[in-house]
Order: sequence, then C-alpha cells, then structure tokens
Amino acid sequence: MNGMSSGWQARAIQIGSVAALFLLWDFVGERKLINAILLPAPRAVFWKFVALAQTSALYTHLFVTLMELVLGFLIAAAAGLSLGYFIGRSRYGTMVFEPLLAGVFAVPIVIFLPIFLLFFGIGPSSKIAFGATYAFFPIVLNTIGGISQVDDRYVRVARAMGADDMQMFRRVLLPAALPVIVTGLRIGCIIGFLSIIGSEMIAGIEGLGSQIVRLGEAMNTAEMFAYILFVIFFAIILNTGLSHLQARFAIPGDGR
Amino acid sequence: MSPTTQMESALAGQDAAITVENVSHSFVSRDGAIVQTLDNVSLDIRRGELLCLIGPSGCGKSTLLNIIGGLLQAGSGQVKVNGRPITGPSPRELSFVFQDNTLFPWSTILDNVKVALEFQGVPESERQGRAEEALEAVGLTEFRNHYPHQLSGGMKQRASLARALSLKTDIVLMDEPFAALDEQTRIYLGEELSILLAKSNKTIILVTHSLAEAVFLADRIVVMTARPASIKAVIDVKEDHPREPEFMASGRFADYRNDLYALLRAEIEKTIGGFVGSAAARDRTRRGICQPAGDAP
Repeated sequence: MNGMSSGWQARAIQIGSVAALFLLWDFVGERKLINAILLPAPRAVFWKFVALAQTSALYTHLFVTLMELVLGFLIAAAAGLSLGYFIGRSRYGTMVFEPLLAGVFAVPIVIFLPIFLLFFGIGPSSKIAFGATYAFFPIVLNTIGGISQVDDRYVRVARAMGADDMQMFRRVLLPAALPVIVTGLRIGCIIGFLSIIGSEMIAGIEGLGSQIVRLGEAMNTAEMFAYILFVIFFAIILNTGLSHLQARFAIPGDGR
Repeated sequence: MSPTTQMESALAGQDAAITVENVSHSFVSRDGAIVQTLDNVSLDIRRGELLCLIGPSGCGKSTLLNIIGGLLQAGSGQVKVNGRPITGPSPRELSFVFQDNTLFPWSTILDNVKVALEFQGVPESERQGRAEEALEAVGLTEFRNHYPHQLSGGMKQRASLARALSLKTDIVLMDEPFAALDEQTRIYLGEELSILLAKSNKTIILVTHSLAEAVFLADRIVVMTARPASIKAVIDVKEDHPREPEFMASGRFADYRNDLYALLRAEIEKTIGGFVGSAAARDRTRRGICQPAGDAP
C-alpha cells in the first residue's frame, strides 16, 4: 500500500462495484427482462421505500428489531466479557473451556431455535435469547483470547514496579487485550443482528425479518425489497460504527 | 548486644546493599526433567557500585537477577536487600530495566513513565513532574508524546531507563538492556549510562554477555560458570567513572577483556561444545593466535 492514493483507489473500486450492480439491476428491471413480481425494478423499490419511510409500520418493526438487538447484545456482552475474563485469567481455565466453547460455537446453534420458541414464545423474548446466545460465543472466545494472550513481559514489568491486582487489570490486561475484545464485540454484534433477523424470518410476528417474509409470501416484492434495502442500510451503518470503534481501541503501531 | 556484634552489623549494613546467600535454583523443564540453573551462589553487592554479571548464554545470570529482584523464588538460600530478606517485588528499593519491548505500546512515552510511578504508589500530583524530569535526564523530552513504535531501539531503551530512574530507587537491576541494539548504539548508550550513573551514586547490577560492555561499565565483574551457574571469579576494574571512550582503546582495557575472555572460554566451551574443543582450536590457543572475538559494548 502506498498511502492515500491507493486508499482512494480502493474506495473508488468498492463504490464502483456496488454502482455497477445497481445499474445492471436497473437495466434488467427497466427492460422487463425478468417478471417484476420476481424482481422489481430499483426505481419502483426506491419509491416504495420513500412511501414506506412516511408510514409508522416501518418504525414499529424497526423498533422491535432494534430493541431485540440491543437487549440481546447487552446480555451477550455482559456474560461474554465477565466469563471470558475469568476463564482467560487462568491458564487451566483457558485450557479446559476455550476448546469447549469453540466447539459449541461450531455447531449451527439455529437447530435449537424450536427450543427457544418453546421456552420464550413467539414474541421478541425468543429473538433476544437466541440473538444473545449466538452473540455470546465470539465475545467470550475473543475475551478469553485477548486476556490469556497478554504478553508476559508487560505483566512481569508491571509486577516488578509494584502494580496491584486492580492496576494490573486496568493498566495492563485491559489495554493489552482491548483490541481483540472489541473485535469480539463487533463480530458478536453482527452475528447477533443476523440471528435476530433470521429467527424473526423463521418464526416471528413482529420485526423487520418477519415483515420481509410476510411481504414475500404476499408477492408484494417491491415493498419486500424496500425492507431488504432498509436492513442493508442499517447493517452498513452498524458495521461502519463498529469499525470506527475498533480503530479507536487499536494499539498504536499495530498492523502498520 | 555486645559492642563487637553491633559493630559487625553496622559494617554489614553499610557495605552491602544486597547480600546473596547460598542461592540455588532449579526448574522443571517441559519434558519433566529437573534443570538446575544456580548452584550455591553467594555474593555481596556494595552500595554504589556497578556490578556486572557475565557468563555463557543461558547460564542462569538472568535467573539470579530475577531472584534478587523478587520476581523469582530461590529454591534455597536467600537474598537480602538493605538487610531485609526479599520475598517478592519491592518497587521502592529496586527498579528494573529489561532487555527490550517492555514499554506499553498503548501508551505514550510520558504515560509509560507516569504509570510506573502510579504502580510504585507515587501521589498523582507528583507524577507529571517526575516523569518529565526523568525523560529530560535521558534526552527524550521532545519525544514524550510519541508512542514506543515511533522510536528507534536505542530511544526505547533510553525510555526504559528513564522509567527506571523516575522511580528513584537506590538499586537498579538491568537485564541485558542493550542486547537487542546494534553495536554503535550500544557503545554510545554505554557511555551515556556511565556519565548518568557516575552522578547518581546508585547500586547497579547489570547482566550482559558483552565483554567490552562489562569492562567499560563495571566496578566489579562477576564471571559465572556454565549451567548450573556458580561464581567462577570476580574481577575488579580499577578505573574512575565516568569513563571516557579513550579507555576502550587503551591497553588496560584490552588486558581486562582478555583476562575476562580467558576465564569465560572454558565455560563457553562447556555450553556450546563443538569445534571449539577440536585439536586445531586447542593448537591455535596454545600458540596464542586465538584472539577474543570482536565484542564491544
């Protein structure tokens, strides 16, 4: 990489690729190469989107999904961070629990969705519990990884200078592990969002995911695409915000 | 208490900043074998002297330093600092300079020094002033807001030195502080250190594998044997501080270094074996051709 110019170039190619995809879609839509019920033209979707933004339905469903994401993420973060810290601090704990948690995470946890529905019902509670469960794994695994892999030299030098347990945590373990932990939070948030939308689509009556499925089943594809676009925009905003957060907590000089 | 014992204890307290008494140490290696690193080491470190520990690679000199600093537990024997047995880190009496990369990469140079003062328990109001003073002493004032990765290896070690000096302990333990640096930087930092320490009257233990560094800096050089390490010899370097670069070019310097190498040679051979013990090598040594390899501070 040579600095600014290649950075701009990469960004231009990224935007260009997305624009090209839209142009292709527009071309197919305007020429009616594919039935509009299967694939509505982007302009029709855009006007649906504008109309939708003026109704309260969108915001009601957005609010449900957002609330599920926030609560699910907070539960996952609280459990993942605290458990990850206590496991990661002990070498033995890491040796025992890290492979176990990584193994469970490799199972497609979505197979347990019916159990979540039985326990928590078809409303938002089951989505929160399911999203929290999925988001928990990357958070706990990265917290274990971050805490257990803090360079021994930093711990030794802090101990030699008289650091007590609290100072060791605040001044050494936390700042050293933070970049890895924040990456875990980012992955957890994205996976939590995915699993919440997904579980809404499989079994839900409220939220953006359930709307997309309902509109699809009703052949109202233009409005469905408007919802899909909305979810995409939301995901872009979420990802941008999270990567800014990640950059803020990066250690200076890392990944140069 | 009788007058004699009173006088004895007073003398002991005055003479020795650190007393190492019959210290042995061993550890269990990965394959379960017990490896002995230190064998019955006894040593007095006088107040205000710079003592170098030198020995073949991996002999246990860093282990000894870590035991003295309370970072490792001796298997048997004990270490006393200012007459009191060491049981753990004592940051008010001892500070450390380690080999490299022990500055926290997430903090600026200034914050690295300040956090050391926080660890030692210095009140917050004093930290800024003392940190700036220490950075001034090593000439890093204008780099105080840089992060470690923005500094050269030599500057990082100067920052580590500033961090140790800011703690204002009477004793500083240095574990191969210049080992990761190139030869020119090492010579230069060695000179700087000599000047800095001549003023400070601190007690210093410096672990090194550089013959020239030991001769240039030390008041006394402790030569250690191959593992398990014991003390082979102690050499007095009778030369005033601060030492001038010219000392390095003098005949006295060469003599000290040759004496040191002669003492170390058998230990190095024990450690690495191989062709050093071959007939040809023995022959060269006998004829006096074998010069100590170039090794500057």
